Amino acid sequence: MTAPAVELKKTPLNEAHRRMGGRMVDFGGWDMPVQYPAGTIEEHLRTRTHAGLFDVSHMGEFEVTGPDAISFVNRVTSNDVSKLVDGQAHYSALTTPEGTVVDDLLVYRFAADRLMLVVNAGTTEKDWDWITSARAGENLELRNASSSYCQIALQGPDAIDVLKPLTDASLSDIKYYHFTEGQVDRVPAIISRTGYTGEDGFEVYAAADRAEQIWNKLLDAGRFGSDDGILPCGLAARNTLRLEAGMALYGHEIDESTTLLEANLGWICKLNKGDFTGRDALAKQKESGITRRLIGFEMTERGIARDGQDVVINDARVGKVTSGSPAPYLKKNIGMAYVPAGLAKEGAAIQIDVRGRLIGAQIVKTPFYKRAR
Amino acid sequence: MANVPENLHYSKDHEWVRVDGDVAIVGITDYAQNSLGDVVYVELPKPGDEFAAHEAFGSVESVKAVSEVFSPVTGSVVEVNSSLNDEPEKVNNEPYGAGWMIRVKMQTPGEVDSLLTAAEYEDFTKAEKE
Repeated sequence: MTAPAVELKKTPLNEAHRRMGGRMVDFGGWDMPVQYPAGTIEEHLRTRTHAGLFDVSHMGEFEVTGPDAISFVNRVTSNDVSKLVDGQAHYSALTTPEGTVVDDLLVYRFAADRLMLVVNAGTTEKDWDWITSARAGENLELRNASSSYCQIALQGPDAIDVLKPLTDASLSDIKYYHFTEGQVDRVPAIISRTGYTGEDGFEVYAAADRAEQIWNKLLDAGRFGSDDGILPCGLAARNTLRLEAGMALYGHEIDESTTLLEANLGWICKLNKGDFTGRDALAKQKESGITRRLIGFEMTERGIARDGQDVVINDARVGKVTSGSPAPYLKKNIGMAYVPAGLAKEGAAIQIDVRGRLIGAQIVKTPFYKRAR
Repeated sequence: MANVPENLHYSKDHEWVRVDGDVAIVGITDYAQNSLGDVVYVELPKPGDEFAAHEAFGSVESVKAVSEVFSPVTGSVVEVNSSLNDEPEKVNNEPYGAGWMIRVKMQTPGEVDSLLTAAEYEDFTKAEKE
């Protein structure tokens, strides 16, 4: 292999991943574990049945502080920031004037004059440029704090029991998509009841230099090494878990060529909240109707759909697979794809061109997987 | 470290060959299965299909990706391991045993001499890793 032209970026857990046998890959310029020795399927299943631990420190964090924080973020994102209360977060998107997606993100409200935006790793620099150039005299401060934080996601039905002995926070009082500032193993941390797996769980933000301490404590508390204990999970399991849960991945289901409405993200488009970037385009598209829609499908014949393959309906190539993969927990082969809106009917038979062979599939409801509550 | 049995021949595409008379038994190496990760799907040819050396005879899919597998020798397929349809994980668990893929009747049995020895293959994978 030739040496990479650019040095890969490393999270504060890079050494830990290597020590634990993580297979490291270049993920959007980051040196990240795609899987650990247990393997993707076992990591996926363990997260569904017990607990999985994910290093997501590569994601970006922007702090927005000042009297105009809410009005500014409300102007550049699609969800309604004014509806958040202190200690609450929501899923949202940075939108283009065309209503397409610069990035999807989480918005955290600490106080009326203090927000935090959590953005994708591969788009952090683009988002930072986008946001800073969108400033128009608002009274606020923006800080790209991405390298100051580590972010560790603890996901799965056992997550709450694993974290409980390590924290002073009252975890059961943190509702879904809420957070608290507390301590994890005496390290100041933001403890957020959010995730990207379809399971209950927490995302912990703390000072980057305390990442290994928190990571190791969580592995110990989760009895890593025992058959029903926690497992560290790589990016491959993170992807299959989010896909089963029907969640969009930036660069796959959503990007600057897809609108939020096409991606079934109308629920984060608050068209009546006041003006925001892309509002007019989205309102117009809602009025006239979308021409294509994101659907979920499962294979009905032997074969695995992969990203970028053609969707064929009635002998016509009508769309592309955005994500395709085996679904380890559901034991099916599933995917998401864009198809003409008129053909986006649950139960409809479609075909996927899997390397030159047309393999049968069926449009199904998403999420593919929904945990029992 | 990947397991590389002494008595086999190896290709630079990470297949192994066990010689049984004029028949070559073919599978993928421990190094290959480890790089792929959990194998979830194996696509194999039909008996009677003919392949030239270095031609793709099938594919192996892991959760993350699909890879073609190449015939290390020229010949015709006499048997395929159809148990891999239902138990593709054999490729991970026993790459040199129950995870074998095809038996090929070799056109020129001497062709295996052009493949790598175990020691050569080990050096090759080390170089590839760096």
